[in-house]
Amino acid sequence: MSGLHELLLLCVVLTNFWVLGTTRLSATIRATAIQGGLLAALPIALHPGWSLHIIGLAAGTFLVKAILLPTFLNWAIREASVRREVEPLIGFTASLALGALAVALSFGIAERIPLPESDSALLVPVALSTVIVGLLVLTTRSKALTQVVGYLILENGIYVFGLSQVERVPFLVELGVLLDIFVGVFIMGIVVFHINREFDSLDSTRLTELKD
Amino acid sequence: MPLFLLVGLPVLASAAAYAQRSPRFRLGWLVGTALVHVTVVATFWVHPAAPALGGWLAVDPLGLVVLTLVSVLFLVVAIYAVGFLRTETPRGGPVFVSCLLAFLAAATLVAISHHLALVWVGMETTTLALAPLVYHRHDRRSLEAVWKYLVLSSVGIALALFGTFFLAAAQTQGRPLILEDLIAGSGSLQPALLRAAFIFLLVGYGTKMGLAPLHAWKPDTYGEAPSLVGGLMAGALTSCAFLGVARITQVTVAAGYDSFVQPILLGFGLISLVVAAAFMIGQTDLKRLLAYSSVEHMGILVLGLGLGGVGRYGTVLHLLNNGLTKGIMFLAVGNIVLVTGSATSDAARGILRRLPVSGVLLLLGLFAVTGSPPFGLFLSEFTILNAAIGQGHPWVAIAMIALLALIFVGMAAVVLEVIYRPPETEAPAVRENLLLVAGPIALLVAVLVLGMYIPPPLQRVLTEAARGLGGVAP
Repeated sequence: MSGLHELLLLCVVLTNFWVLGTTRLSATIRATAIQGGLLAALPIALHPGWSLHIIGLAAGTFLVKAILLPTFLNWAIREASVRREVEPLIGFTASLALGALAVALSFGIAERIPLPESDSALLVPVALSTVIVGLLVLTTRSKALTQVVGYLILENGIYVFGLSQVERVPFLVELGVLLDIFVGVFIMGIVVFHINREFDSLDSTRLTELKD
Repeated sequence: MPLFLLVGLPVLASAAAYAQRSPRFRLGWLVGTALVHVTVVATFWVHPAAPALGGWLAVDPLGLVVLTLVSVLFLVVAIYAVGFLRTETPRGGPVFVSCLLAFLAAATLVAISHHLALVWVGMETTTLALAPLVYHRHDRRSLEAVWKYLVLSSVGIALALFGTFFLAAAQTQGRPLILEDLIAGSGSLQPALLRAAFIFLLVGYGTKMGLAPLHAWKPDTYGEAPSLVGGLMAGALTSCAFLGVARITQVTVAAGYDSFVQPILLGFGLISLVVAAAFMIGQTDLKRLLAYSSVEHMGILVLGLGLGGVGRYGTVLHLLNNGLTKGIMFLAVGNIVLVTGSATSDAARGILRRLPVSGVLLLLGLFAVTGSPPFGLFLSEFTILNAAIGQGHPWVAIAMIALLALIFVGMAAVVLEVIYRPPETEAPAVRENLLLVAGPIALLVAVLVLGMYIPPPLQRVLTEAARGLGGVAP
């Protein structure tokens, strides 16, 4: 199944570009849901052997990243009735270009990281570029909800990197990590909901009252 | 077994307190759990706890210092919370108590876990457990504070997870990510990956410590959170985050990269002192002032760690002193906020007449927190200063003295104005509730004692903790 995981990793990169290029919040959430599904399939493609550990990880990831969190985020935008990211701090074309730059940069950095027994040549560059795209979305979008999506993408990138260490990190700990991310995004979503009610806007740039 | 109890009991109590309808029983769970926790931790000083879960959970000297600090501070805060919730009625009563207990469980997990990925899980849980408490007042300002806190801390913590995976990749022998095995096999760690792991873990946990320039969330969060939550954050949460930094430093130093680690830690330490000094001057909000004081002390902690030698002993001692002192300061300011409704220096003026006990606590706390003799922080800062000179960094010592002097002036200006300047309208003295002052008084006594006498068992643990970090005792 050596070709399958390369294909999955490439699709992860495509979903990153999808998030960078779209203005519609619902499309952003759909993209992260699909990315979550891809991430759930990755451990199975990388470690074909059907061990309980891998199946559990895939099932947990699918449940949290492809079903629960997207459903919850969809609920949040429906409640807040916002549909579009209107004024990002960096335009969509520019952020796509930055995304492409991130991919190039990641391949450059990945060559210098001497990972032992690397499972796939694409694993580390895709992980790094996903982390960079996550940070990019987090810092350049003004809607609080898009920033939550950015955080999720950042975590997804780290997850991909973690897959190279999947035999070294016990299942119990992976479950803990997944649970923490789930609760983290859940609380952020609740805060986004309150921001919307309090300010009649999901714009986190309006949060400027506190300063020295 | 006692290690499972330490984490499991607060988890159970947290659920029980949430389900409990009567506020009185809920507070019973809070204080009862805190008492059991302190008792169990106290037994560890006599009979060291046996490792559990195949070495994942263990108590080493450094972990014991953090665990004791968390436990003692939590007991003080729990007792304070009983008095606090009498006057203040938060919208989510069950959530408030339940989150406090969840924090205790997570902070305990960080302190006793020797599996570095499990440390991460605990650390992220501490962040999440305190988030609803920061939003306690349910207004725009606290909303802004909780958003900044969540986003910045979560991103920081995410980078720490990245670093943890780097560390796993760097390891070639022994059980994965177990602290003891990492140190034992430190010679075989892959150097480039180890360095990457150190950087990511330092930035990640450093964000949670609030080291400058990663401290942006700190003043807002401490300023808006209820004081007792601020005290827990500044005393216990930052100590747990420091433990994360100390763990990776321990591994990197054991692998022989002391010369790589030292300049980075010294840089973060000095920048934190500069930022703290710059923003303390002219500060008008007592809680924000304390937040910058926390940035300062986090800076001193990594400075001592970076200096090495005796400095690492000073750091462990400073960790203890700083945690206890932050408890005094935040709870004293909390009493002022309960009476005046605000933590600004204008509203709190003439506090010595209105709240004599809390006023005196604030005044003595000022001297303790700025490292004046005879308080414990003087001793630990002096040890670190000595290390700077002894290890051949005289310029670090000079910068540290100058910045500490500036910080003293900045803090004293605000606090002394609050205490001595007469208020615009005279208000009668308030009878102070024993529950609200007993805890901070006990902490003040402890910090005072630590400045003059360190009991032999503590001395032994501090020495071993410093040795574990690659330092020595004076």
